[in-house]
Amino acid sequence: MHAFAALFTELDQTTKTSVKTSALAGYFRSAPEEDRLWTIALLSGRRPRRTITTTKLREWAAERAGIPLWLFEACYPVVGDLSETIALVLPEPETRIDRSLGAWIADLRALDAADEETRKAFILAAWDGLTATERLVFNKLLTGGWRMGVSQKLMTRALAQATGIDEAELTHRLMGDWSPDRTSYHALVEAPDPSADLSRPYPFCLAYQIEGAPETLGPVTDWLAERKWDGIRGQLILRGGDHFLWSRGEDLMTDRFPELAQLADFLPPGTVIDGEVLTWDRAGDRPLGFSSLQTRIGRKTVPKKLLTEAPVIVMAYDLLEWRGADIRQRPLSDRRATLAAALADLPASVPLRLSPSVVADDWAALAEARAMSRDLGAEGLMLKRLGAPYRAGRRKGDWWKWKLDPLTIDAVMIYAQAGSGRRATLYTDFTFAVRDGPSENETLVPFTKAYSGLTDAEFGQITAWVRRNTTERFGPVRAVKPELVFEIAFEGIQASPRHKSGVALRFPRMARWRRDKPVAEANTLDDLKQMLALYG
Amino acid sequence: MVLEFRDAGIYCPAADAYIDPWRPVDRALITHGHSDHARWGHARYLATEAAAPVIRHRLGDIALQTTRYGETHRIGDANISFHPAGHVPGSAQIRVEVGGEVWVASGDYKTTDDGLSEPFEPVRCDTFITESTFGLPIYTWPDEAALTAQINTWWAETRDRGQTAVLGVYALGKAQRVLRMLDPALGPILTHGAVEATNAVMRAQGIVLPDTTHVTPDLDLKPLKGAMVLAPPSALGSPWMRKFGPVSTGFASGWMRLRGVRRRRAADRGFVVSDHADWDGLNAAIAATGASRVFVTHGYTTQFAQWLGEQGYEAGIVQTEYSGESLDDPDPEEAQT
Repeated sequence: MHAFAALFTELDQTTKTSVKTSALAGYFRSAPEEDRLWTIALLSGRRPRRTITTTKLREWAAERAGIPLWLFEACYPVVGDLSETIALVLPEPETRIDRSLGAWIADLRALDAADEETRKAFILAAWDGLTATERLVFNKLLTGGWRMGVSQKLMTRALAQATGIDEAELTHRLMGDWSPDRTSYHALVEAPDPSADLSRPYPFCLAYQIEGAPETLGPVTDWLAERKWDGIRGQLILRGGDHFLWSRGEDLMTDRFPELAQLADFLPPGTVIDGEVLTWDRAGDRPLGFSSLQTRIGRKTVPKKLLTEAPVIVMAYDLLEWRGADIRQRPLSDRRATLAAALADLPASVPLRLSPSVVADDWAALAEARAMSRDLGAEGLMLKRLGAPYRAGRRKGDWWKWKLDPLTIDAVMIYAQAGSGRRATLYTDFTFAVRDGPSENETLVPFTKAYSGLTDAEFGQITAWVRRNTTERFGPVRAVKPELVFEIAFEGIQASPRHKSGVALRFPRMARWRRDKPVAEANTLDDLKQMLALYG
Repeated sequence: MVLEFRDAGIYCPAADAYIDPWRPVDRALITHGHSDHARWGHARYLATEAAAPVIRHRLGDIALQTTRYGETHRIGDANISFHPAGHVPGSAQIRVEVGGEVWVASGDYKTTDDGLSEPFEPVRCDTFITESTFGLPIYTWPDEAALTAQINTWWAETRDRGQTAVLGVYALGKAQRVLRMLDPALGPILTHGAVEATNAVMRAQGIVLPDTTHVTPDLDLKPLKGAMVLAPPSALGSPWMRKFGPVSTGFASGWMRLRGVRRRRAADRGFVVSDHADWDGLNAAIAATGASRVFVTHGYTTQFAQWLGEQGYEAGIVQTEYSGESLDDPDPEEAQT
């Protein structure tokens, strides 16, 4: 644990990617194999199962610190991290325990079968024998809330440096449904068996938003343009008679979309498709919208009624594997042709279709087509170079998002709440309202929250303002004088009976602080309803 | 009441005087020179002898009367005296006694001895007015020796990598405290103008500080490799820093106790150095006063007052315009170079 805590400190003390990468590579070279495996697992979101509830941890920490539980709870939002809060309130350690990461995890697992008394004694003894950073790391193992400022990409790069294995190849090896309980460092990293995991996905290819005019991309004929659908990006895998559906965040979503099981009857095994999961209105031949899709996300079992109300399809973008062969290195034009041929004869009832190409003679015509996106329930266009392979990860050059400009509305800030983690000392989470009613009897109707889009300096100024202009407090939330106006940008708007305003926004954020605008010039609820009528 | 809480500040009716007022008043009793406590525009000031040079430096030609610690002044019907608060050199708690009832307004304070400020002295009173900048149990400070070792180790490592160490510190108090922790054998110590100006004031009043070199535009930095630079936090990341070439940046503040804040500051290293009392310090200080009633000013007022209430004190919250240990708003004085 000592070496792992030292790594944690090293990673924590720098914001420079190169320094983080070399620190992590150094750790991968020197740590025992079991600890390496666990480090890879933790940094790719594979956590040990939680054996102790956070409720118990809070109680025990408060008790050990000699403070009432409410005071511990009051500290938590200030720190923004439960593991750290516990580490900070505990008294200085009295003993010194040094065990490897793997040994600690094994001990914690053994607690699964223990009674509460034993668990408590174990945890208190551990807290008492660890330094501040080790405690923090240990608590993170307990709570499973693991963030070390290291992306999976950075971790993979460090592992590539330490092992000499190609980074893209490693990315692929580390994907899918593996667990440190069932594999070893050697089997996972050094000598993988491709047939061991039929469900293993390929790394997703991701795009950046285009910078500047698309004309700079060269002839329009070099590019495939298609709609940017607003659903869940997914990778559909048909292998060995089974089917699997992965999200971009490497969540296995197969069971949530049972209607996709039939696809194995229509496509040969050894097929992997990159596409978008959408709820689809067959009559209108358009997406039902993200709020409809939301009724399906997070549901592990799906009632029949929902299957009829919000049926899903996969809108296929790309073909990564065909008849068992990895075809990612073939040019997109080739992969698309194969995909189109494979889907050509599917009956209309099969929930899989080819995302239509948007064909245009020049960039101007394509720009016109893009402008129609919202009417079709899409967010804009995707541009993909026809001659390019399917790459791993987010890179510039071959794929671009060409999204529509967001919708905007000027709104009044009415509530503020402090952020968490990095932003724990700043007011960053705001509730916004629009004006409603005649001017002599005007009210403010809340319609959205937003947390992002401003600089730390702006958040600092707003924080100072919030402290001076609080009118009421409700726990951590402060009501403030309705005085500051912000331009709120968002990607879509839908009717929502759950909200007082009657609308729900998609991806709301603060585009600008409108210091030039008084409240009297903020938008009204009628403006919002007009937008709903236009774009909802 | 001996003291009242008014729009302009903490007011003593018996003396017709305010303690650290934030609006212009006729008579101001000033605990210390930080800009949220010592403001411009009052007709008359009273502060300690040791605090006076900095207050004069910052506020210019004001009508400032000085006092020794422990000396009693009869103002109107009140007996008023100043007692060490341990916050920065010259900082004071102000004791006010009217008709046998004693109140103490403590301004900003810390209970540990920083080797620079006159150490905090508990003053017995009926009612104590306390800050709560760090009034949560997550805030406990490392001891001075551990801090000294951390800072010097960082300096040595930075120097050995061929870089310059730049440490963000508040110009008044924190800078001089850190200065006395530094090991001059490691290399030259350079200062930003805001820090050097306060150094000069303190040296002139007899406070011994290690030698420093003021970074002026025409200073030749070549012979000063491996230096430690002390600068106000606002200078970190500013164009002013470019002249030092490759640097490692540090920030010294009680807020550095929190990982999230350390990361947001985007400094390479955070050192937990505060001139305010930590959780244990606040509780010990309050207990030592013997007060039955406590008013909580700036900081985690709600939480700290509730905690004190549960400990058997009659606890209240007072809204003031003191900012405690500010993280983002630079002290206006520090913007000068």
